[in-house]
Amino acid sequence: MPFDISSLTTNDNHQSLKNSVVRALPTIIVPFKQIVDIKEIKVDPNTQTPITVGIPRKISDVDKNALEEAIKIKEKHGGKVIAITMGPSEAKTALRETLAMGVDEAYLLSDPIFENSDTLATARVLAKAIEKLGEYDLIICGEMTLDGLSAQVGPRLAELLDIPQITYVRKVTIEGNKIIAEKDLEEEYETVEAEMPVLLTVTREINEPRIPSLRDIMKASRKPINTWTASDLGISKENVGTEGSAVQILKVTVPKVERKGIIVKAETIEEAAEELVKTILKEGVLRG
Amino acid sequence: MGLNEFKGVMVFSENFEIFLELLGKGREIADKLQTELSAVLVGHNIEDERGKELIKHGADKVYVVDNPLLEQFNVEPYTDVLSKLASDYKPEVILIGATKRGKELAPRLATRLNTGCMTECSKLDIDEEGRLVVNRLVYGGSSIAIEVSRVKPQIATVPPHVFEKPAPSDRTGEVVRVDVDVKEPKTKIVEKRKKEIAGVRLEEAPIIIAGGRGLRSKEDFKLLEELAKVLGGQVGCTRPIAADYGWFTNWIGISGVKIKPKLYIAVGISGAIQHTAGIMDSKIIVAINKDEEAPIFKAADYGIVGDLYKVVPALTEAFKKLLK
Ligand SMILES: Cc1cc2nc3c(=O)[nH]c(=O)nc-3n(C[C@H](O)[C@H](O)[C@H](O)COP(=O)(O)OP(=O)(O)OC[C@H]3O[C@@H](n4cnc5c(N)ncnc54)[C@H](O)[C@@H]3O)c2cc1C
Ligand SMILES: Nc1ncnc2c1ncn2[C@@H]1O[C@H](COP(=O)(O)O)[C@@H](O)[C@H]1O
Repeated sequence: MPFDISSLTTNDNHQSLKNSVVRALPTIIVPFKQIVDIKEIKVDPNTQTPITVGIPRKISDVDKNALEEAIKIKEKHGGKVIAITMGPSEAKTALRETLAMGVDEAYLLSDPIFENSDTLATARVLAKAIEKLGEYDLIICGEMTLDGLSAQVGPRLAELLDIPQITYVRKVTIEGNKIIAEKDLEEEYETVEAEMPVLLTVTREINEPRIPSLRDIMKASRKPINTWTASDLGISKENVGTEGSAVQILKVTVPKVERKGIIVKAETIEEAAEELVKTILKEGVLRG
Repeated sequence: MGLNEFKGVMVFSENFEIFLELLGKGREIADKLQTELSAVLVGHNIEDERGKELIKHGADKVYVVDNPLLEQFNVEPYTDVLSKLASDYKPEVILIGATKRGKELAPRLATRLNTGCMTECSKLDIDEEGRLVVNRLVYGGSSIAIEVSRVKPQIATVPPHVFEKPAPSDRTGEVVRVDVDVKEPKTKIVEKRKKEIAGVRLEEAPIIIAGGRGLRSKEDFKLLEELAKVLGGQVGCTRPIAADYGWFTNWIGISGVKIKPKLYIAVGISGAIQHTAGIMDSKIIVAINKDEEAPIFKAADYGIVGDLYKVVPALTEAFKKLLK
């Protein structure tokens, strides 16, 4: 049985003492991914495959919400935020951006053998890095990355670290050592409580990510970015990358959008509307 | 390591409707693999009738795991149950309904089983080598990836309404009650709050008029409702309208409902790929937007560039007049 200080206390004064004495300031880890900007992806007309090399990269949309939430918690409760990402060396730009947002420490997990990792292999790398970082209270992931759309790495990481998970969170509060989070499910909201450490995955609705000021960006440029390779993490080839991944992508194609793309124009809006209605009626989609 | 020790197809969803849909597809896969289809029923105070219902819809065997700790879905004990059954019976394929709950369970389960998982598959097939081959959306919904799992069990999640619910038959099967040791979860569910506005079933609607952030208030959706009434259609929306403003429960798109109406009219919607990926199967797409550069026009068959507050009423009038 852990020593329960609350049995010794009888008033609120002691309650706050309990929080400050027993609970250290929270350490929050945010695993995020730098992805290609989806809007910029070009299509190879011969093979109808997406071209993703040489395309601008950015922090995956919902991962910005994860970073924002971690920083907000730190601003309220103290502690520190550590951002980690597994990716190529270009991801340093993204780590810089997280430092400018208010992250305290930044880690790049980068090694040629990590390339082509699926969600299982990615979670393995992240879990090793988190173990190496030491004690933590919270891990905050995005609901999903916009490139892979997998929504897997969060729960996989929680399983590897043997901690509870709360997914699709759109509201979170901390009380002492407890996390209270509201999950946004299809037909209901579900409020869930757990003792830290906990892994959360958050939705894009949880907050509005801040845009760092020029001053923040300048300040961040002087902060260090740490890089860990496979050997720093004690990871071997069989567990990561192509070899260590379970899922194999056989092919990626961009479906041809075969839409007419006709803009109906007329002198007045009424005329345009009639014109459009006539066209729709001709399509025969309103019958039967 | 013999891959062949894995045999059978196993299906699970905490949502009974999707469960039945998956049994239809699961049956087809099991027949191709010439193997057994099992269903896992998890909960508390489960009656045998429930299991028989699953058999009628295609299952050969139903494993019932009944325990007070399983009364409501919690990912921790549910992972315990499914990983235990998967370890004991070694299915080669596991299909899980891609509700949000299913999507948090599947990767946790896959990790415990040290295998892969393929999220929200829209097409599932067995190739010549007997592998499960799936199609799923990637790159925000702009591309389709064809994937396989090199490791067994091959786990895939499938969204609602991708496959049709099979008609029940009088086939027979076996309901087996299994005891699984489940631990008290570390997460406690303290409150559930139903979303106020009942969701309309957009998946089956033949005509859908959807609004986006171009509409300034919930009241303004009346404009769309009037148009919908004339056409006998349903009203839908984009994610920010539902998730940020709470004016609707469901939204249309990759993270919401995927639709396939005969006519889809997008009003005040910019046409982000996450939205348009969910409307691709519509027969005719019409867009109304005041910005002629809005990407929605590229995803549409017909469009009017203009203020929706003027165009929509004009359209309603024109339909009234010309539909007579
Ligand atoms: C992980 C993730 C998943 C997502 N999943 C989905 C999803 O499933 N579905 C979804 O919809 N979104 C999804 N999104 C959000 C998506 O990226 C877009 O933000 C969203 O679709 C934009 O909604 P909108 O078109 O209503 O708003 P906006 O992009 O703000 O567009 C509003 C449009 O209205 C037009 N407009 C304004 N006033 C008028 C007027 N008076 N008359 C005519 N036109 C007018 C504007 O020109 C503009 O084009 C997701 C995002 C993330 C990060
Ligand atoms: N390469 C990565 N490095 C760090 N975190 C990642 C990486 N890939 C995914 N994540 C985290 O896992 C979440 C879900 O990712 P995914 O399973 O790819 O949809 C993301 O929102 C991130 O928080």
